[in-house]
Amino acid sequence: MTSNASPGAPLRRRDLLKLIGGVAGTTAMYQAMTALGLHAESRYRGPIALDGNPKGASVVVLGAGLAGLVAALELRKAGYTVRVLEYQDRAGGRCWTVRGGDRYTELGGFDQTCEFDRDLYLNPGPWRIPSHHFAVMDYCRRLGVGLEPFMQVNHNAYLHAKNAFGGVPQRYRHLRADFAGGVAELLAKATSQQQLDETLSAGDKELLLAALRNFGALDENYRYKAGRAASDRRGYAKDPGGGLTAEPVDSEPIPFRSILDSRVWQRLADGDSYYHHNAIFQPIGGMDMIARAFTREVGDVIRYGARVTDIKQSAAGVTVAYTDRASGVTSTASADWCVCTIPLSVLSQIAIDVATPMAKAINAVPYSPAFKVGLQFGRRFWEQDEHIYGGISYTDLPINQISYPSCGYGSAGKGVLLAGYTFGVHAYEFASLSPKERITKAVEYGAQIHPQYGAEFENGFSVAWHRVPWLLGCSGAWTDAMRAEHYEHLCAIDGRILLAGEHASYIPAWQEGAILSSLDAVERLHRRVIST
Amino acid sequence: MRNRLPIIRGLAAACCVGGMLYGGPALMAQSGDGTFSNPARFVPKDGERLYQSSCQACHMPAGEGAAGAAAYPALAKNRKLRTARYITSVVTNGQRAMPPFGPMLDDEQVAAVVNYVRSHFGNDYTDAVTAAEVKAVRR
Repeated sequence: MTSNASPGAPLRRRDLLKLIGGVAGTTAMYQAMTALGLHAESRYRGPIALDGNPKGASVVVLGAGLAGLVAALELRKAGYTVRVLEYQDRAGGRCWTVRGGDRYTELGGFDQTCEFDRDLYLNPGPWRIPSHHFAVMDYCRRLGVGLEPFMQVNHNAYLHAKNAFGGVPQRYRHLRADFAGGVAELLAKATSQQQLDETLSAGDKELLLAALRNFGALDENYRYKAGRAASDRRGYAKDPGGGLTAEPVDSEPIPFRSILDSRVWQRLADGDSYYHHNAIFQPIGGMDMIARAFTREVGDVIRYGARVTDIKQSAAGVTVAYTDRASGVTSTASADWCVCTIPLSVLSQIAIDVATPMAKAINAVPYSPAFKVGLQFGRRFWEQDEHIYGGISYTDLPINQISYPSCGYGSAGKGVLLAGYTFGVHAYEFASLSPKERITKAVEYGAQIHPQYGAEFENGFSVAWHRVPWLLGCSGAWTDAMRAEHYEHLCAIDGRILLAGEHASYIPAWQEGAILSSLDAVERLHRRVIST
Repeated sequence: MRNRLPIIRGLAAACCVGGMLYGGPALMAQSGDGTFSNPARFVPKDGERLYQSSCQACHMPAGEGAAGAAAYPALAKNRKLRTARYITSVVTNGQRAMPPFGPMLDDEQVAAVVNYVRSHFGNDYTDAVTAAEVKAVRR
């Protein structure tokens, strides 16, 4: 890389970084960036550079989810001989998209065939990519995966609670503005009544009052009430128009007390979660576009339909026994090293030749439940009738949330809603039902928010992660105590075996965790290889 | 004000259609008895309904278990159930990838579902577990 800073001109920060990157490599550039206060958010250091000759070393990668795909791509690029064994007939693992015509048999033999229209889909696993997930973002860029904005927060979507506001869903913009207004008004009152004098100087008080007026859209008397300021936040009863009868009519805020009582404030901050901040993205056409892009790179080394049954190691190498799922024939794959990305829910049932600390770690992590259901409707009524374009409505019904598609806005055809995405007890309850009963329930619950469900529902598809035959759960449910006891052992190199995956990360269930875990494993493996 | 459609149309009809479309005769019916009501704790008190809203997600409607890349053990005719304390501890505290159900069930509910499994699906153990015994295995 060349610097475009001319001799004598002051060096701009970007040029300095380019210079450092060119001379000392990306790791040094990253360290410099960190020193300059940039890129502190992620552990991703840019494309890894596995310098040094692996001298013909071979690696068998177990599992072709994102962790396995990243390991295969990077190790092969560095000169290793790589083979991947995958249980399914496709790569990607939880990076998965279901489309019309897809057939899926869950544990217990329950079949579903997706009947979605062309171009409509459900991402049963990961479905959004925060912009601070630098590793996923960078692989998308490098592999040419197109991204589009994921509408996380939509002020026109709903918050709903079955026992609040008569069961009538409320617009997020109303609750958001009115809750902020109510809080600001209360605090302004306390400030004006000298109740905060112990903590605030006279100057602070003045500043705080000004800030509260701005924060809560308060009027000149520090009251939050119907008027232009409040309507500017929550919207009008009658929007400003043009021509005659164009004058706006202010809307009436919901009383603060009602919002407090409703408990819907529990969901007000969902979009404020670091993992949900704007900007946030989704791959155009479905999450599995990432898996497909990786497969274009390394698909030729993936052995599909291979169920791993035994992982043995010696001083000389690793031998993995696997059964071809179609023929039942058992074979072995041998290599110098093994990067095992098999989820712990499955790995804990496979004979693996590792020392006690890693074996204990493999057995220590329970897998959390999650449930998703997609429903197809004859028309995009959420857009046409309710002016909701993307985003999420939250409810205390068992479906937990309804997400509107962040693509195809305004199209005249059918649409698919993520009509339920839930965890905990409700996820077990949904998983316990047959696929047909889940759809019935999802329609029944969703109709309490969108009455159009009745007339427009066409078909549905659900994934209960504990019934997914190749996963038996959603993701590793670590606690701090478990991490303290087992995490380092799980991530250590045991002889010739390393583990990787979201379960070997501090970002469980996110693709970023799987990729960062894999990159970390691959780097440590490579250092070991070139130093011996 | 929220912009609602003026007419609530035939939801019940749609649900019925959904109910008729799927499933095969070979598959055991699964109960959807409307236990959905609390996101953090299971509501039913009796063992059968608890089984049908939690255990059967993995161990299947007749306790037959299931196998894919890994397996859920069958609870039907399972000799490991002979030791009441063992199965009580597994349900309460979890085991390997199986999550602990103790945080989502009270002692009476754990006892009820353990006693149900130990006396159904070809299991015939008569020494019932008590809530006090559940409490004793909680970690």
